[in-house]
Order: sequence, then C-alpha cells, then structure tokens
Amino acid sequence: MSTAIMDLPEEEFIMPGTRTCAGCGLPIAYRYILKALGPKTIVTLPASCLTVLHGIYPKTPIGINAVNSVFAGTASSASGLVAGLKATGRDDYTVLAMAGDGGTFDMGIQALSGAAERETDFIYVCYDNEAYMNTGSQRSSATPTGAITTTTPVEPKSQPKKDFIKIMEAHNPAYLATTCSSYPGDLYNKFVKAKGIKGTRFIYLAIPCPAGWSYPTRDTVKIGRLAVETCVVVLYEVENGILQLTGKSLSIARSGRKRPVEEYLKLQGRFKKMTPEQHEAFQQQVDDRWEQILSRTNI
Amino acid sequence: MNETRILTGNQAAALGAKLCRVQVVAAYPITPQSKIPEVLSEYVERKELKAEFVRVESEHSAMGVCISASIVGARVFTATSANGLAYMHEQLHWAAGARLPIVMPVANRGVGAPWTILNDMQDTISQRDTGWMQFYCMNNQEILDQVILGYKIAEQLLIPVMVCFDGFRLSHTMMPVAIPTQEEIDAFLPPYDPPYQLEADRPVNVNPVVMSDALADAEGVVCPGYMGFRHRLQESLESALPLIAEAGGSFEEAFGRSYAAPLFRHRAEDADFLFLTMGSLTSEACETADMLRDEGVKAGVVGVRVFRPFPGGALAEAVAGARCVAVVEKAISYGYEGALATEFKAALFSAFASNGGRGAALPTVTNYIVGLGGKDVRPLDLLECAHETVKLMDEGKRQDRPRWIGADS
Repeated sequence: MSTAIMDLPEEEFIMPGTRTCAGCGLPIAYRYILKALGPKTIVTLPASCLTVLHGIYPKTPIGINAVNSVFAGTASSASGLVAGLKATGRDDYTVLAMAGDGGTFDMGIQALSGAAERETDFIYVCYDNEAYMNTGSQRSSATPTGAITTTTPVEPKSQPKKDFIKIMEAHNPAYLATTCSSYPGDLYNKFVKAKGIKGTRFIYLAIPCPAGWSYPTRDTVKIGRLAVETCVVVLYEVENGILQLTGKSLSIARSGRKRPVEEYLKLQGRFKKMTPEQHEAFQQQVDDRWEQILSRTNI
Repeated sequence: MNETRILTGNQAAALGAKLCRVQVVAAYPITPQSKIPEVLSEYVERKELKAEFVRVESEHSAMGVCISASIVGARVFTATSANGLAYMHEQLHWAAGARLPIVMPVANRGVGAPWTILNDMQDTISQRDTGWMQFYCMNNQEILDQVILGYKIAEQLLIPVMVCFDGFRLSHTMMPVAIPTQEEIDAFLPPYDPPYQLEADRPVNVNPVVMSDALADAEGVVCPGYMGFRHRLQESLESALPLIAEAGGSFEEAFGRSYAAPLFRHRAEDADFLFLTMGSLTSEACETADMLRDEGVKAGVVGVRVFRPFPGGALAEAVAGARCVAVVEKAISYGYEGALATEFKAALFSAFASNGGRGAALPTVTNYIVGLGGKDVRPLDLLECAHETVKLMDEGKRQDRPRWIGADS
C-alpha cells in the first residue's frame, strides 16, 4: 500500500519558491524523495532542470548537501562521494544521484553503467521529462515516437523511446523501481525502501513537463496520472529478478481497466501532428510492453 | 632508515602516492601509465595501503570520482596519459575551479591521430590553461619527490597538481630512487585538513550556478560572481611560486634534495649559449652542453621544473648573461610555435620592458620541435640546434619559424 499523504513526514527539505517553471513535476517528486531519504543525504546532480531548482548562488531553496557535477559525470561523482565518505568514515550518508533523461539515457549512460557494474552503494534517479527540457526541449533518446521537439520541429520523432529501464535491469541492480510524480505515496514508499537496501538502486521517475509537452500548467498531476492509467508509464519494482506491480498499475492489472492512450496523447500539444494510424501504433507499443510486464507477474 | 631502490618512473609515482597515504584512488588503464594503478591496486589488496580503489570505466569518470571524493575531504589520486588526459579535459577545469588539491601524475605521451603510444609532451601542454599547476620531472627520483611535494603544495593552495614525466623514457626506465621512510613522510605531510566539511545540519550547494555579478546572500553578505571566483584562482596561482619555493626548501631540510627553485640549472652562470628544456630532455641537454664545452662553446642548460605557475621572472634572470638560447621542446601550439618558446619570449619582453628597455641586449632565441611521438632525440640533434643557434646569433639573423628535427627521417 502507498503511504497516505497525511502520514508523510512533516519536515521539509525544499523551501517554497524554487526556480523551476510553473507546473513542473520535478519539485513535487523531489519534495517527497527528500522526505523519504532525510537530512543525511548528499545529492549529486549534473547541469539540468534540477540545477535550476537548486537555485542561483548564493541562495538555494534546498536543505540537504548538494554537489554539482559535469553533465556526463553524475554517476562518477556519486562514486566519488561514496568512496570519499567511506574513506573518511562517514558512510552513514545516503548518496543520491539525480539526472534527467538526457543526462542518463544519452550522455550519462557510460558513467552510470560503470557505477552499477561496480555495485556502487548509491541511489540513482533518472527523472524523465522526455527531452532536453532545460536547454529548450530538444529531442533525446527518451523522447517518444510522434513528439514534436525543438530539434524535430517539422517531422516529429519517428523512432521509439529507448528502453532504458531494461538496460538498467540488465545490470542486476540491488533494487530497481519506476514511479511518477503524480503518485507521491508510491514514490515515497519506493525511496524509503531503496534507502534500506545496500548496493546500486535505480529509480525511474516519470515527470510531466508543461513547457515541453505543451499542456496547461494546472494539468501536471492529471497528465502524470493519465500516463499511468493508460499504461504509458507502469509502476513497479524489481528485486532479485522478481517484478511486482505497485499502486495504480497493480489495480489496473487486477481490474483490467486500462484507459486508451488517445486520452493521454490528445491533451499534449507535442503530439498534435500524429495521425490516427500513428495513435494506433503508439497504442500497440504500449499494449505490447504492458503484456510483457504482466507476463512477469502472477496476475 | 632511508633506502635506495631501483624503480621505474611508474613505480616511483605509485610509491609516492602510498607514502602520502592517499585515501581514494580512481584510475583507468592507458599506456604508458597503466603500471601506476596496477601497483596501487596491489598495495590496496595486500592491505599495505588503506584506500578506496575505484576501478572506473573511463578517465572522465576517474577525475569525476577524484573531484567528489576530494569535495568530501579525502586525499585522492589518479594518473593518466595522452588521450586519457584529453578525455578528462572538462573535469580538469572543474577540479581547478572547485579548488581541489588533487595530485595526478601524467606519463607524457603523444596524442592521436594518428595513434602513437610513445612520448612527447603534447598531452599536458594542451591542458596548460585548465588552472592546474604543472611540475615536470627529469628523473624518477623527481617523480617520487614531486608527488609528495605535490600534495604539500596543492593542499596549501587548494589547487590541483599534475606531475608530468616522459612516458617510457622515465615511466619504464629503472633508476635508483632514494625512498623516505613513512615516519619522515608523515612528519612532512600531515593528513589532509579540508577547508570545510560537509555536515548534515549545515547543508551547502557545492559548485552551483553563479551569475556574472556579485550577489548578496540571505544575510546580505555580498558573494562573488563567476569572475570573482576565477580571479581568486588566478591570484592563488600568482602567489604560488614563493609557496612552492618554501615547500621545496622544507623538503630539502627533511630529505636533503632541494626543489626550492622552479628552474634547474647546469653550467648556466657563465654560459653564452643555453638550452631551455623540460622533463627528461633536460638531462640529455646537460650531456650535450658538456660536449659543447669540450668544443669551446660556453654552453649551459636551464630546465623548467614548474611550468604552471610560470616562473617568468626567474627565467628571464636565469638567461640574463646568455647571448643565445635554443628552446627545445616536445610539443607545439599548431600554427605557431612551441608553448615554452612563446612564454619564454614573453617573459624576456616583460623583463626588458620593466627595465625601461635598458640593460643587457635580448638574446637570440630559437625554437626546435623534437621527439614527437617518441622520435629519438640524439645528442647530434641537440648539437645541431646549438651550432645553428650560435651561427644565427653571430650573423645577426633570426629564425622565422620553429625548426622540426626528425620529421623526415
């Protein structure tokens, strides 16, 4: 069961008023991540939307220690924090590495793969807003088929999204989970669980982006929920090779009531050039993946 | 008790790191420095060195690990060469900008394309402007000593240090090296005391986004903008030479070998002709200068030990009596000339100008590019450089471009 909102810790590690765009899904998720991990956390981050959230020197709205790193170096920076803290006798800190899809699926993959193979004791979060949003919505390998970006402005992206979660699962991390900013209880539970496990923990975090996805800023929570309700994003966790659905995805699996992808696509301006045939193909991609995931459960 | 061992340059570098009790080592294999992480991993696995050894998947990550481990207060170490160093490039800027006392030996090697695994200095010279200090070694004793001195100086100034030495010529050549005892090193180099510690109840945002203008913090204290931070790095480097001299002096008191001067000199005092060199080429130039003396040419050598911060004033003084200088180097700034030649001439001009243009006449300066990609530098080649330079001076002529020795043979 997801932790109820009323039962989450009251202590805050983000002060009100960050520099993210209005309606950004990232601060919603980050707030609960930090509540789950607590004050003895060091976060390392590349240049990204999270850097914007962390503010401009000499002020920051963040109440935990943060170490900024070069773009390709989030996981190597985390490896350095883990090694340095261990060498100086302070390995009671949780090392959190947090990068976007560009900094993970694309540029950060080498350092992350290396750190995961070394079984580095850290939590890596990829927050996925499906393009280089911090630099103005350029295409990444996480951008889905049919999306308009500033580097696919006339012909929307034709290739499917890279299945990065599978790549990470192939590293056999101690813990792997997916979650979404619209489900704080699910998200909180997974970070609490991840904190209690040693080794490499990878968490995929889906976050809607009104600026890059072209929808009204008030709809961020709604879009995130639709992503899960249509099974575009599936909430689950994997330990020792065993996949378990969680939260909303688990109830969809039990009830069989999955909403059509159309409902998710039509609310976002980035998909406005898709034809009905492309919608169908998108639905097929989503269905195939959902079946693949279901086949790994007892449902 | 001191002992002398026969060591390769790579072994000397690894032993230096061990004696300095480095706490985190991150390294990636690349010829010709690979032996350094091999030796260190053996120290760690045999429990002779208590350190976290991170066997990274790239040089970019090696420096990334060093940076973040140093930020949380560990004494860190890595080593690399050539394309590995080039791959670290953005991290080198990051390490210096973050003011981290990282020490990194570099076994100098030519940079591709085309591939070469052999020695020149293009790799480290190409990293000249990253904000790191660069020390160049003439022999394996200097490699061991400069690693130790490197930590002493880096931790005082909070500026990283590259200890540069010729790949294969030093990295794989065995030489006698006097080894200080662990007790002596512990007395000379206390544990690293970082300027701040990360604490959970006093969180900080390290290396954040900084604006171009200075801004006030929540308490109204004005904090630097980007140029303010970068200027502090330059100021520290400008003040570094006296500190390097002081550390070199106290090293001499402790171990009997002096590194107080940023320059090495051989028969330079009364010389008409001088070689100006770096690294192991300095040793070869000394042999050649002795041969020239036998011919009746008053020859000497000035070797640059500290290239960054650049000892321009000391260099101009060191050549003040000479009538001609041949700058012989194993790197070039393509489209112009060797970096050492350019910087040396700038130092001469500054000294000349600050003297109101009076005083001794400026020497004839020539520039020779030698030994790229491991090309052998023969004594005959150096003799040729000397003879040509003396002849140009006698004829009142100047060299219009650097001359390459060995490009077509």
